[in-house]
Amino acid sequence: MTTPSSGLTRRQEYERRQRRRSLVIAGSSTALIILAIVLLVPLAPGWERVQNSFFNAEVFAKSFPKLLSAFLVDVAIFAWSAPLIAILGLAIALARDVRNPVLYPLRLFGMVYTDVFRGVPVVLVVYLIGFGIPGLGLPRPWNSPYIWGTVALVLTYSAYVAEIFRSGIESVHASQRSAALSLGLSSSDSMRFVVLPQAIRRVIPAQMNMLIALQKDVALLSFIGPVEIFRQAGVFKSLLANFTPYVVAALIFLVITVPTTRLADHLISKQNRARS
Amino acid sequence: MKLRLDQIKKTLGNRLVLDGISLDVSQGEMICLIGASGSGKSTLLRCINLLEPLDDGAIWLDGHDIATPGLDPQPVRQKIGIVFQSYNLFPHMTALENVLLAPRRITKKSRADLMPHVGELFERFGLSQHMDQYPDQLSGGQQQRVAIVRALAMKPEIMLFDEITSALDPELVGEVLEVLKALKREGMTMILATHEMTFARDVGNRVCFLDRGRILEQGPPEQVFNTPKEPRTRDFLARVLNRG
Repeated sequence: MTTPSSGLTRRQEYERRQRRRSLVIAGSSTALIILAIVLLVPLAPGWERVQNSFFNAEVFAKSFPKLLSAFLVDVAIFAWSAPLIAILGLAIALARDVRNPVLYPLRLFGMVYTDVFRGVPVVLVVYLIGFGIPGLGLPRPWNSPYIWGTVALVLTYSAYVAEIFRSGIESVHASQRSAALSLGLSSSDSMRFVVLPQAIRRVIPAQMNMLIALQKDVALLSFIGPVEIFRQAGVFKSLLANFTPYVVAALIFLVITVPTTRLADHLISKQNRARS
Repeated sequence: MKLRLDQIKKTLGNRLVLDGISLDVSQGEMICLIGASGSGKSTLLRCINLLEPLDDGAIWLDGHDIATPGLDPQPVRQKIGIVFQSYNLFPHMTALENVLLAPRRITKKSRADLMPHVGELFERFGLSQHMDQYPDQLSGGQQQRVAIVRALAMKPEIMLFDEITSALDPELVGEVLEVLKALKREGMTMILATHEMTFARDVGNRVCFLDRGRILEQGPPEQVFNTPKEPRTRDFLARVLNRG
């Protein structure tokens, strides 16, 4: 057997040729499509109008700084609701698992909770809680829609997050629990030290997806008052009679969500590889 | 009498898995349960450890019926250790953490207080250099020995072994069986479900042949292996002994 001068095996030579070939094909077909879009779309009769109201550079420059600072409101809401969701979600998941009859009400509550909050559209919960509770005439700062809007998000998302935690708990093989119990550990210790750590690790990718969805749903609070990015964009739209601020807002969201999505995908594929 | 099983009955689904098992186990005795898959060996061991509740019958440990319905199983499980076929180590913990978890939570002793005993167990079973490794970094034989150490760390009075060599590559079986021999020399009371006939014959004090949830035949190994009385025992032994 002779090895080619390049030091590669025949197989490696072949695979390298194939890789080069597919790279060239993928590159040229992508270039072709982009070229077609760039050349053809501006030929559409309404292009100039669309370009002016959605991709207006002047409006972009004018609205960008304020939109960015409004986005900080979104980030703040997100930052303090995410940990609350994680804690409440885990508590609900565990409540649904209790076997002690004294604690049955807790279990029932967990069940009703997840059913109700997963069954109602987020925007409705935001409206009902965000307008309803401040309507009770609570003193400042407890009448702030900022607070109650966030509470609405926390309640809704906790229901989904709880279900994911529960599926994680159920995915840990029963033999792990048996092994823990057989050593004389209590069932709460078995859950806390043996089952939960494994369950949580397994559902991290799925929970990342919830995190991404939450980042976007923060914009729903705009309906009840807080001037976050979506509402700020609306203000600009009315002021400048132009839709570009919405495009700016979308771009700002993408800057945050795309990396998180990539990270989540990366975690999922890493986990799949580890399992196989 | 260390342990007495009295007419144990157990149904799983609607299948009668244990059909009135009675067995007396003396201090320091090694009982080997043999029999085909599904004959009830594993279920019997899980019942003794109270991982499965009995339908009927009693289990007397030092004069107390530990199978009394409603009894807290925790103190009993601390006295009766079990090792499983599939090791069941906790994958997110190192070997040492696996072993320390139960003693720390139950005896509330500090790591420093527990280390002399635990360190000695690791040392004795040749695992000292693997303490800080995770289960997936260990071979099957090493994992199973860690699982044994984990059960022994609770200082049990009785040890149950559920086909602990069945999932191992053949060349790793020996190291695990050596551990059992060492435990026997130390006077541990043991019940093992096993397919290792040679081991059962050479090391066991008594062999019980289980068939359809009953102990069909029992006695000293030489008697059960050389002059089995029951035709079903003869059939079973002929099948397993001719194989290897």
